[in-house]
Amino acid sequence: MIEIKNLTKKFGKLNVLNDVSLSCIKGECIALIGPNGCGKTTLIKTILGMVLPDRGSIKFNKRSIVKEYLYRSSIGYMPQIGRYPDTMTIGGVVEMIKAIRNTNQELDEELWHSFELDKMADKQMRTLSGGTTQKVSATLAFLFNPEVLILDEPTAGLDPLASEILKEKIIKEKEKGKLILITSHLLSELDDLVTEIIFMQEGNIHFHKKVDDLKTETNETKISKAIASILKQKK
Amino acid sequence: MNRIIKIILTDILKNKIVLVYTIVLSLLSWSAFGLEDNSAKGLLTILNVILFTVPLVSILFTTIYLYNSSEFIELLLSQPIKRNKIWQSLFFGLSASMVLAFFIGAGIPLLINAPNAVGLMMILIGCLISVVFIALAFLCSILTRDKAKGIGFAILTWLYFALLFDGLVLFLLFQLSEYPIEKAMVAVTALSPIDLARIQILLHLDVSAMMGYTGAIFKDFFGTTAGLFASFGLLVLWVVIPFYLSLRKFIRKDL
Repeated sequence: MIEIKNLTKKFGKLNVLNDVSLSCIKGECIALIGPNGCGKTTLIKTILGMVLPDRGSIKFNKRSIVKEYLYRSSIGYMPQIGRYPDTMTIGGVVEMIKAIRNTNQELDEELWHSFELDKMADKQMRTLSGGTTQKVSATLAFLFNPEVLILDEPTAGLDPLASEILKEKIIKEKEKGKLILITSHLLSELDDLVTEIIFMQEGNIHFHKKVDDLKTETNETKISKAIASILKQKK
Repeated sequence: MNRIIKIILTDILKNKIVLVYTIVLSLLSWSAFGLEDNSAKGLLTILNVILFTVPLVSILFTTIYLYNSSEFIELLLSQPIKRNKIWQSLFFGLSASMVLAFFIGAGIPLLINAPNAVGLMMILIGCLISVVFIALAFLCSILTRDKAKGIGFAILTWLYFALLFDGLVLFLLFQLSEYPIEKAMVAVTALSPIDLARIQILLHLDVSAMMGYTGAIFKDFFGTTAGLFASFGLLVLWVVIPFYLSLRKFIRKDL
């Protein structure tokens, strides 16, 4: 579904992505993990066309994304820090995005209701807490039933209840056969979600493996422990 | 694209600064005509408004608006919209609202008090100058991510065209007064949209006789129909080139 080949990106002298190649298939739930500043968000932003790579190609459904934009209608993106126009209300932002998309497809408003955003639809974006902003981002990401969901630190800043709602929603969408890409630092949260793991370090992909393989290789039952043992072996 | 322009337009029109700008412009224009018994004098006063206030407000408001809508731009980028459409829609939205503000504020009093060729010319030039400085603001704001720097650039640009450029031209005139540089001066005016506008309007106000020999050369060039089209063409270039440069930079920008 998403094919990335030899992707390289530099910010000034800093090599953020270093010859990254990877392929993601439909129906998988992939966790993108790695230390801070290893290029996870940059990788995601290049897939979305927000950051333009220096070299390399990205194919979405076998078509190059260079100068394309329509492919973004099949991606739901939840940014790490959602930034919205300050003076708009929650309802206003959602209505605006609906107007921009202008689709007549059925909308998935499950999160809108389960996060109880409908009760505070006329609150201004600048008055919201970080967690509530995250809820708005999540709602927008799932709203148009996209084939691919890209979630950058989805549960960071959410309270346990909301984060549980979001996790259940992610599992539900995964079972519908969608491709889900998650970055997270909370490895314990990923256990019942992900099927594949990509570990990035300093702009390189360290490994890309199925969770089951990873667990059998390391004789561990938890993702966090499996990763830890791999990192220890390396040292 | 129309949907995005509509969203931007409603957002700008909700902004009270544009409303205040319209009111101030109309106060200035009405009082200019009310205080002077001669409509030509009123026109001269409005000319100064067009040449100082309109560029300043256009460039500053646009720069600040663009920096403040960085979130909005980011949000749009994750949606299936072409990059150049986002930038173009912002440009059309801002241009439309500033031109509308100018038209209501200064255009209507001009049409009522000076319903002649000069009045119409003034309205047209005022609208063009607004758009020129909006385009320059687009260029200023794409050059740097830092809002303070961007606004600094915008103010410097205005200062340069509104004050410094004239100083430089005067300096050149005095230094080179022994050479026949009158024709070259015509070319130099093309380097500043404000000067283009000023000369175009002064020539139509019949005060060009006071500008001496250079005035006669200007009249010779800008006074003709070809000169008129040339100066309008140059003003349009002042819109197209800065905006095109900013668009190219925006398409290649990492957000």
